[in-house]
Amino acid sequence: MLIPHPLLGLRDAQEFTYLGDASLLNRPDGMAEGAAEALHDYLYLRDNPAGEHRELWFHEQGDRSWLVVTRNTLTHEITQVEFAADVARQKGADQ
Amino acid sequence: MTQSNRISGGLIDRDLPISFSFEGESLQGFAGDTLASALLANGKRLMGRSFKYHRPRGVISSGSEEPNALMHIGEGAYRTPNTRATVAELYDGMVAQSQNAWPSLAFDAMGINDLFSNFLTAGFYYKTFMWPRAFWEKLYEPIIRKAAGLGSLSMQDDPDVYDKGFLHCDLLVIGAGPAGLMAALTAGRAGAQVILADEDFVMGGRLNSEVIEIGGQSGSDWAKASLAELASLPNVRLMARTTVLGAFDHGIFSAVERVSDHLPLSQRAGRARETLWRIYAKRSLLCAGATERMIAFSNNDRPGIMQAGAMRAYANRWAVSAGQKVAVFANNDDAYRTARDLTAKGVEVVAVIDPREGVPDSPVQVIRGQVIHSKGRLGLKSVRVRKADGGVETLAVDALAVSGGWNPNLSLTSHQRGRPDWRDDIAAFVPGANLPVGMAVAGAAAGDFSTHAALHSGAEMACQSLEALGQPVTPANLPEAEDAPTQITPFWYVGEGKARKWLDFQNDVTVKDVKLAHQEGFESVEHLKRYTTLGMATDQGKNANMGGLAVMAEMTGQSIPQTGTTIFRPPYTPVSMGALAGRSTGKDFKPTRLTPSHHWAQRQGAVFVEVGQWLRAQWFPQPGETHWRQSVDREALAVRKSVGVCDVTTLGKVDVQGKDAAQFLNLVYANAFAKLPVGKTRYGLMLREDGIAMDDGTAARLAEDHFVVTTTTANAGPVYRHMEFVRQCLRPDLDVQLISTTDAWAQYAVAGPNSRKLLQKIVDPEFDISNEAFPFMGCAEITVCGGIRARLFRISFSGELAYEIAVPTRYGESLIEVLMQAGAEFDVTPYGTEALGVLRIEKGHAAGNELNGQTAAAHLGMARLVSTKKDSIGAVMTRRSELAKDDGLRLVGFESMGAEILPAGSHLFADGATQEPANDQGWLTSACYSPHLGKHIALGYLARGSDRIGEVVDAANPVEGKTLKARVVSAHFIDPEGARLRD
Repeated sequence: MLIPHPLLGLRDAQEFTYLGDASLLNRPDGMAEGAAEALHDYLYLRDNPAGEHRELWFHEQGDRSWLVVTRNTLTHEITQVEFAADVARQKGADQ
Repeated sequence: MTQSNRISGGLIDRDLPISFSFEGESLQGFAGDTLASALLANGKRLMGRSFKYHRPRGVISSGSEEPNALMHIGEGAYRTPNTRATVAELYDGMVAQSQNAWPSLAFDAMGINDLFSNFLTAGFYYKTFMWPRAFWEKLYEPIIRKAAGLGSLSMQDDPDVYDKGFLHCDLLVIGAGPAGLMAALTAGRAGAQVILADEDFVMGGRLNSEVIEIGGQSGSDWAKASLAELASLPNVRLMARTTVLGAFDHGIFSAVERVSDHLPLSQRAGRARETLWRIYAKRSLLCAGATERMIAFSNNDRPGIMQAGAMRAYANRWAVSAGQKVAVFANNDDAYRTARDLTAKGVEVVAVIDPREGVPDSPVQVIRGQVIHSKGRLGLKSVRVRKADGGVETLAVDALAVSGGWNPNLSLTSHQRGRPDWRDDIAAFVPGANLPVGMAVAGAAAGDFSTHAALHSGAEMACQSLEALGQPVTPANLPEAEDAPTQITPFWYVGEGKARKWLDFQNDVTVKDVKLAHQEGFESVEHLKRYTTLGMATDQGKNANMGGLAVMAEMTGQSIPQTGTTIFRPPYTPVSMGALAGRSTGKDFKPTRLTPSHHWAQRQGAVFVEVGQWLRAQWFPQPGETHWRQSVDREALAVRKSVGVCDVTTLGKVDVQGKDAAQFLNLVYANAFAKLPVGKTRYGLMLREDGIAMDDGTAARLAEDHFVVTTTTANAGPVYRHMEFVRQCLRPDLDVQLISTTDAWAQYAVAGPNSRKLLQKIVDPEFDISNEAFPFMGCAEITVCGGIRARLFRISFSGELAYEIAVPTRYGESLIEVLMQAGAEFDVTPYGTEALGVLRIEKGHAAGNELNGQTAAAHLGMARLVSTKKDSIGAVMTRRSELAKDDGLRLVGFESMGAEILPAGSHLFADGATQEPANDQGWLTSACYSPHLGKHIALGYLARGSDRIGEVVDAANPVEGKTLKARVVSAHFIDPEGARLRD
């Protein structure tokens, strides 16, 4: 696969390390009420969609940025790639 | 024997004779021959024995789809098994041997399998040899493996070198027949970056094997002229001998180029044998042609029976007649070319046998009918024909050309699950609409069988491909070429005849096997495939599958498209393991990382051990030491007595800087870090979010906004990745930056009661490292040896007064020498990883063996370390009931009650308890002999371990059938109060 890195252009997927569902960005506050339940869901309840999937890739053999890659799990078509930090910042701003 | 079957013409070079041997017999061929064409030229029809029944077999094809003529080529370590003689380019001195035959090809003792064929039918693996069950592994399977098989390995190291390469292009054209050449010309003339790859050593595809005209030239001359033009274009790369193996996501293709396999051994020096290419193509065009299929009839596997197209390829390209008297059996007009071309070359063509109603005109005799039998065990002698009028005629022929029609070579179109469509007019599957992204198909691979259609679709698809890239093209004028329509009536197998009718030559599957599969309920094509092994051989059923599908369709009363088809996977043809490995073999499999003191340690005669990619000194044998334990005991005792030095550069180092660095570490580590003063170091426990220990190490605060974090050697990469995850994905708002500095600093542990005295000799005098000025867990940026930048940490893995000192890597080798010189008065002792391990086990420090992905903070006895006053990764989950329960596993120490070592991995049971899983109470993680205590000791996890100090347990080692008694003790074997650290 080729991943279109926002800064570096098309890069071979071999340069990346895969982590998984981008919902890992939504880490619950460990000090909040009901944190154990929320962390359980965060850790173990993931969707496994046949189709569009937002997922985290780490450009380990590159610029070491974490990316949110939107990939179709049926066709491997990649429709969007964003810096995870930008996504996380936006999420913070939205809250 | 001279080349009795060599005829006139051909694309061989008669001025370049080539000597080779087959089965020990010296033979001659010409440059341009394949092994198969040279053997046929020499009248050798028998080329192999079949996989299961050891049936005598000859070559049936002239290309990479060959299922029968598999050879050992080369001698000694160079011997390569399973080489298809049809693609093995002949070279001077080639040594070829048949395989799967003993004692000889003509008399194969295992041919007796053929007589037991009733027991070896479809699914025999599942039915026969089942009882008694214990016999399978010891008796049945070895016998079957010996009897059934392909070539055998040389059992020597591969002496060849293999390369890998990377290429990028606008358009990858796969196959250089008329469609591929026309496509490459069209795109190449337009200026696009084009790669034209073809598996053959002469490009041109069927143009070299047929008698056809293109634009007034012979097909092969037109191909030659086109290739010359392409070679003159700097934007076109011609890759002959290159098989495109697989079509992967996003336009990535793998291809193997045979670089030097076709050269005599003496000319291969300095060249790779094969190169595995990874090709990144914006668009691709599959022009892979088509494969002719056979018609099954009784004993249709005699040597001398081959594809009609192969027979005329041998005649036209290689100037070889497959026999002296030949016949043709076909259900389509295309095969009549074989009769025409062979007749033109003076070969006697006895008849064309055609089962269709309206048979075309031919200069040779045409018999409406079917071949119902053949004779000639080691080579065809005659065929019997049932005529349409009911009569029977026996034709004395030594070669029979067969054609059941042509299958487009659509393998690569289905590498991403694309399914083919059925076309009635050519009675074949063609590539479906669901092609890999960016791929188009042209020529015979798309079902465009005539030369004109191939040229036209090649040009057309090249234009479309470039237009999709925004590169407009002016279509070229196509040269004139034949445009004969495909005339075919499906005909798959001859009903008459009791002998076996072969469908899959490579896996010995017959029409009867398919019928049996149907009878037993294996009707789905996927079941059919696996039950009969139809199409499961290395040719992936290129010849066989259609026949099998047709038989199944008939049995189920469905059409072929309703019956369905299995699809193809990479690789297109078998690929050598060496090519896949490339240069990543032996020591080069992974990089080797050397520590800064490596060369120094080598000079001291150190024994090294692989730790991940690193080579570390394991111990330093001294004169007179004959056993590793002597060296390790001496080193460990020297540290406790005076001072030792160990290279710990391999531990991961992460530089953490920024205003919010402390806040960041507070989140990453389970214990508190926010209030760590500048100049202090702290042990840190890093948890995974699920509460399991990920790693441990230290973090030293060099400034308000600057920490240096250490990790274990193995986790340097994963911990850095995790920290970047936390930084970028969870807290992008924090002002903090990370960089891995593992390789930037050489670091040594200086441990033992005299460590301070030693360091005081090299640390520059303006830095006071007395106990008062630089206490336990202190850290500082200092200089050594008169101004060399250094970092000093007062941390201890051994439990002694100890430091770690770091200098920029380039000073690492000098520093070890300086330390050894300065330490001479203290008998400073270099120690390796073994003594390091002994010292940390004696001290009860957890390491990789203890952090095995199953242990939470409580198991390590660190539950209270996990701060409840802050949010940190894994803190909540490490406290969950099952991980934190009071009666869970606890890390404790063990002392052997006897003189034997306690093997790490031993499982623990209450004294005298029955050793069964229900009674399992834990296991030993690390073990060593403690020279300090004079005992064998261990660390391990024991249920309620911390409450059971003093108890005796059984350490069971079922692998060796041993049980040892061990006493549970504190994990801190030495100095449990930590007084030595603070001294």
